[in-house]
Amino acid sequence: MGVDSDDMNEKTAASLSFQVPEPEVRPGETPDFSHVQIPRAGSVPRPPVDVEPSEIRDLAYSIIRVLNRQGEAVGPWAGGLDEEELREGLRHMMTLRAFDARMLTAQRQGKTSFYMQHMGEEAVSCAFRRALEPGDMNFPTYRQAGLLIAGDYPMVEMMNQIFSNEADPLKGRQLPVLYSAREHGFFSVSGNLATQFIQAVGWAMASAISRDTRIAAGWIGDGSTAESDFHAGLVFASTYRAPVVLNIVNNQWAISTFQGIARGGSGTFAARGLGFGIPALRVDGNDYLAVHAVAKWAVERARRNLGPTLIEHVTYRVGAHSTSDDPSAYRPKTESDAWPLGDPIIRLKNHLVAIGAWSEERHKQAEAEIMDKVIGAQREAESRGTLHSGGQPSARDLFEGVYATMPPHLRRQRQKAGF
Amino acid sequence: MARMSMIEAIRSAMEVSMAEDERVVVFGEDVGYFGGVFRCTQGLQQKYGVARCFDTPINESGIVGAAIGMAAYGLRPCVEIQFVDYMYPAYDQIVSEAARIRYRSAGQFTCPIVIRMPTGGGIFGGQTHSQSPEALFTHVAGLKTVVPSNPQDAKGLLIAAIEDPDPVIFLEPKRLYNGPFDGHHDRPVTPWSTHPLGEVPDGHFTVRLGEAVVRRPGKAVTVLAYGTMVHVAEAAAEEAGVDAEVIDLRTLLPLDLETVATSVKKTRRCVVIHEATLTSGFGAELVALVQEECFWHLEAPIMRVAGYDTPYPHAQEWAYFPGPRRVAEALVATMEA
Repeated sequence: MGVDSDDMNEKTAASLSFQVPEPEVRPGETPDFSHVQIPRAGSVPRPPVDVEPSEIRDLAYSIIRVLNRQGEAVGPWAGGLDEEELREGLRHMMTLRAFDARMLTAQRQGKTSFYMQHMGEEAVSCAFRRALEPGDMNFPTYRQAGLLIAGDYPMVEMMNQIFSNEADPLKGRQLPVLYSAREHGFFSVSGNLATQFIQAVGWAMASAISRDTRIAAGWIGDGSTAESDFHAGLVFASTYRAPVVLNIVNNQWAISTFQGIARGGSGTFAARGLGFGIPALRVDGNDYLAVHAVAKWAVERARRNLGPTLIEHVTYRVGAHSTSDDPSAYRPKTESDAWPLGDPIIRLKNHLVAIGAWSEERHKQAEAEIMDKVIGAQREAESRGTLHSGGQPSARDLFEGVYATMPPHLRRQRQKAGF
Repeated sequence: MARMSMIEAIRSAMEVSMAEDERVVVFGEDVGYFGGVFRCTQGLQQKYGVARCFDTPINESGIVGAAIGMAAYGLRPCVEIQFVDYMYPAYDQIVSEAARIRYRSAGQFTCPIVIRMPTGGGIFGGQTHSQSPEALFTHVAGLKTVVPSNPQDAKGLLIAAIEDPDPVIFLEPKRLYNGPFDGHHDRPVTPWSTHPLGEVPDGHFTVRLGEAVVRRPGKAVTVLAYGTMVHVAEAAAEEAGVDAEVIDLRTLLPLDLETVATSVKKTRRCVVIHEATLTSGFGAELVALVQEECFWHLEAPIMRVAGYDTPYPHAQEWAYFPGPRRVAEALVATMEA
């Protein structure tokens, strides 16, 4: 087509190209986590809690680990928990897993509309909870029920909420698993993403304004760090040195979207804290001991008025996002088996066995006992109804609690509805 | 009693509330050291310290989100969004969080916050300093929405809002800050010092939320107004020579429907006016309610006078603003219908 066409080609060669990050592998391919850099357990130093944030920038790019492949607790972050505390931690994680299994089945049986499980992420919320004190407040997402289980919140209350039955503490108003338990330091879960990150910072600011000693913990997923409210939380926490621990649970997947879409070129999610001057630590989220040790460190910082800490829990969402999701459509079916940080329950169990504080036999026995307890709680909850049968929250209640006092227009609507 | 502008009255309300209740904290952009771009928080930081009145980063979602967390803790934040036009980044926090926390937690957590926001036009602010988005709040279950029209009400309503157990959207018509404005932009500005409602009680007093008031008694037609438009309505009634009864709604939600319906049943005619854009405005709700309550008493169709369905213009501000001429025309048309 002559000279013009050559010019065009030259322009095309120099044109911009649009980039969209892609995960390493897709369904049908072989899982590959060779890009996940995993330092040896025990190799990351433990700085004093009053360290200058600028001196520990490396911790945002490493992974703090305590349990090695032989099941030994090694390095400067080890030693924070005694045998009984470790066995308790194991029981909490096993309880959460058994609870999830029963509720998933209950959802398939139509006893509830929706459920979200924790498979693979049990250590994060279970271990973190044990680093807090009574009166501290979590602003959780929907995948931190370990905060309740490890905080001795009654399972039957959780199930009453999941079944939206007549004993539902939230009166049937909230989607299953979006619990609220003020007395157990668990703020009402929104369901909208990231909104609660800045609220946690506000709560912590209020505690400091009131010269209290309580601290807050905010929670967010890897995907939701892309929300503006993540930035709002960090800038307020940084500016006012709020006594808050800000947790990012990086479970690699935001429904079908791999974490690279939210992370972009920043290397790690923890690194986002560095620009705010907030100490940022990455931790092996499948290592109960490491999560607990890092949580303790951050909680102490907050309690000593040294300000916020950002923690990235590196873990893997083994299950589906929710009961409405099918991961086989976007990732290899065997990907979870290839996850290099293993299973949190098996790792803690192996450690306890290695130090002579546990055995295969005791584990089997504990499994059976825990399942009995979960089934017992379920029986009790089901006696108060499930979503479509038995005891239901009252329709009248639908109108209550929108305001402290029901305004005239709502009273008229309720009267007209006949409730 | 003291003579106050609306700015002074609003400041006085916060001062009284902060003195009486140490849980009350005040913050927002330029609110602390400087005292706010409209000076509403001037002196509060000096008097109550930086822990109770402070500047924030420019992040409206952060301001409201932090306030929600503080309220969950047990404080009573009264925050300022510099212009209501800037509230959109905070809308998720307002709608999905503040408004619903009591309901979704079955009362375990509540959200007693006040969000103060200058609203409305008349200051050549263009589209980013002139909007009246009250309908975006009245549409949301769980919020209360208040729009004062004078210093006396502003103080009483703001103290009531701070003491309210639920989130309150407090919209301050910025053209009224320094004087009553009846829409005659070409006439000299009159200060609040010559207006009876510039007389404001000292110390603590409240105007209960959810109570409208008859500003101008009349027999011929009821005008439903709030904020700046109350003064426009009064001027229009005088100029049109129509014996209009002007009702200042003061609180849009919960609405004082009884006062509204009593008046319309008496006058048998109704004109609804607001600065906000017409379509799906709060006026549409008022018209629906009036016809539901008063249909068999009406002798004329209910009319609306509102901002046009365009963005708020800059140079054409006075062509846009629903001033006394347009309101007077509606009053006359209603009487002739």
